[in-house]
Amino acid sequence: MSAIEIAGVSKSYGAMRALDDVSLTIGGNAFFTLLGPSGCGKTTLLRCIAGFEEVSAGSIRLLGRDIAALAPNERPVNTVFQNYALFPHMTVAENVAFGLRMKGVPEARRRARAARMLEMVHLAELADRMPAQLSGGQQQRVALARALAPEPEVLLLDEPLSALDLKLRQAMRLELKQLQEETGITFVFVTHDQEEALTMSDRIAVMSHGRLQQVGTAREIYESPVNRFVADFIGETNVLPVLVEGVEGGRASVVLPGGARISCPAAGLGPGAHHLSIRPERIGIAAGGPLRATVERVVYLGTDLQLVTRLADGTAVQVRLQNSARTEVPAPGTAIALEPEEGAARLLAD
Amino acid sequence: MRGVRHYPGFGAVTAGCLVLLYAPLVVIAVYSFNGSASITQWGGFSWRWYVDVFTGPESGRFGQAAWNSITIALLAATAATVIALSAALAMVRAGSFRGRSATFALVNLPLMVPEIITAVATLIFFTAIGLRTGYLTILIAHITFCIPFAYLPIAARMQGIEGVYEQAARDLYATRWQAFRLILLPLVMPGVVSGYLLAFIISLDDFIITNFVKGAGMETLPTAIFGSVKQGIKPNIMAISTMLLAVSAIFVTLSYFINRVGQRARG
Repeated sequence: MSAIEIAGVSKSYGAMRALDDVSLTIGGNAFFTLLGPSGCGKTTLLRCIAGFEEVSAGSIRLLGRDIAALAPNERPVNTVFQNYALFPHMTVAENVAFGLRMKGVPEARRRARAARMLEMVHLAELADRMPAQLSGGQQQRVALARALAPEPEVLLLDEPLSALDLKLRQAMRLELKQLQEETGITFVFVTHDQEEALTMSDRIAVMSHGRLQQVGTAREIYESPVNRFVADFIGETNVLPVLVEGVEGGRASVVLPGGARISCPAAGLGPGAHHLSIRPERIGIAAGGPLRATVERVVYLGTDLQLVTRLADGTAVQVRLQNSARTEVPAPGTAIALEPEEGAARLLAD
Repeated sequence: MRGVRHYPGFGAVTAGCLVLLYAPLVVIAVYSFNGSASITQWGGFSWRWYVDVFTGPESGRFGQAAWNSITIALLAATAATVIALSAALAMVRAGSFRGRSATFALVNLPLMVPEIITAVATLIFFTAIGLRTGYLTILIAHITFCIPFAYLPIAARMQGIEGVYEQAARDLYATRWQAFRLILLPLVMPGVVSGYLLAFIISLDDFIITNFVKGAGMETLPTAIFGSVKQGIKPNIMAISTMLLAVSAIFVTLSYFINRVGQRARG
């Protein structure tokens, strides 16, 4: 059964639409990520699921049950807050046991469970500390343990890694994914960091301006973005203005800047002016390629080299080359021909 | 940048203010230990006026007045703190509602209205509704003007506590009441204690309003002192005043430190 079904959910604050007709199904035992820039509505959606915000329209079902009428304390979901919100006047163990205490679990049992949860996040020895005595990374683990202790059906995580430094953030990604698999609880993870989303998620929902843009696996979203926003937001990409001449059998005949024609999936678009996305690592130098460009700059990135090139019409195209002894690197000023790999060129809806 | 301390004449003005404020208190405190019955001639150090307060001819009157003052202050501070806490919850936690600014002004009105006006108005009100002046009317009046003093530290403290703690509690299956009692109340407690102590002292010290609404034969410590002074200042008044001063100083200092400890624990 799907864990959460969101159907036509909208949320307005006065004239501002934070969520605009969002429909989404989140499967059970999954790591699901809501991804988007700040202000896209991802946190609002999370707060609607938790019960801190009321939806203006639509419904949210949790394990098949409509939860609109339930207060936050009546919903079998727990939240890891962005700044953790550990209760400053309680010890770590008391924090972790709080949910069980509210559920009426006897003291001995909740103490044992809190100890087990703290072991799971490797903080057993800090049980009697106060939250203010912990580092940011430790507080974050306590927040996780506290939210997981009552065994919720769904765990909501609101940018929990954003306050940590880079090294810790990377380590926590793997740990979070592992925790999700160990516990079998559905995680709904909110982030604006596409790398975070790509590395952890089973499925990702990309949001912008309160609307759902695309839902899919990391690979689907990266390799087959459905519109310009998704292509632009996830990873780096080259966006070329193109003309679709005709569509036949699901494939479009596309005129590139410079006049060369290529064929690519039509993606449901008709003839006319459109945009084409090609990832920098999926385009290479090839004699006789359809795109003529001039090298402007070569940027050294360690494992990779980045060529900044420009087409005759002024469109910039970036190319990633692997930094190996076999790679021939053209000097700035050289005229080259570029060719997208098979299946790399994708038409984008606006 | 040069501090205000370096302005010409700063030291002299400060000294002048301090003398004006505290010299009378020092005189009273010193002369309360005067060995002679004079209030101007120093007759050597003695505890005799303190002994006189508790055993002298006026000790019964002062004892009853002190009892009234303290019980009224305890009850008024308790009631005012509970009301102030509820008001703070509505003002700080309930978000914006119609009449919020008006409510804020209303809660703090006693701080701004001249006390004599409040005193007269309160007396007229009690007379109008036919309530006989006495212990009860003093108590009601005290609760009213103590509210803003309890409210200010509580509201200030509550404003500093993020709402996310209560949300986290609600999220972890706490009811509204549990979130208040187990999370918000302990966090806001330094403000509550501070407000309670302030309200207690304000009630204990009040003279003007009390004098209007107390009725015949009913005395609190300040009105008893005033009544006694009308017949000439005796050193035992200085002893009582000094004791009141000490109690006030202790409470205000306590209130200050409790607030500061809370601030630090939160940081």
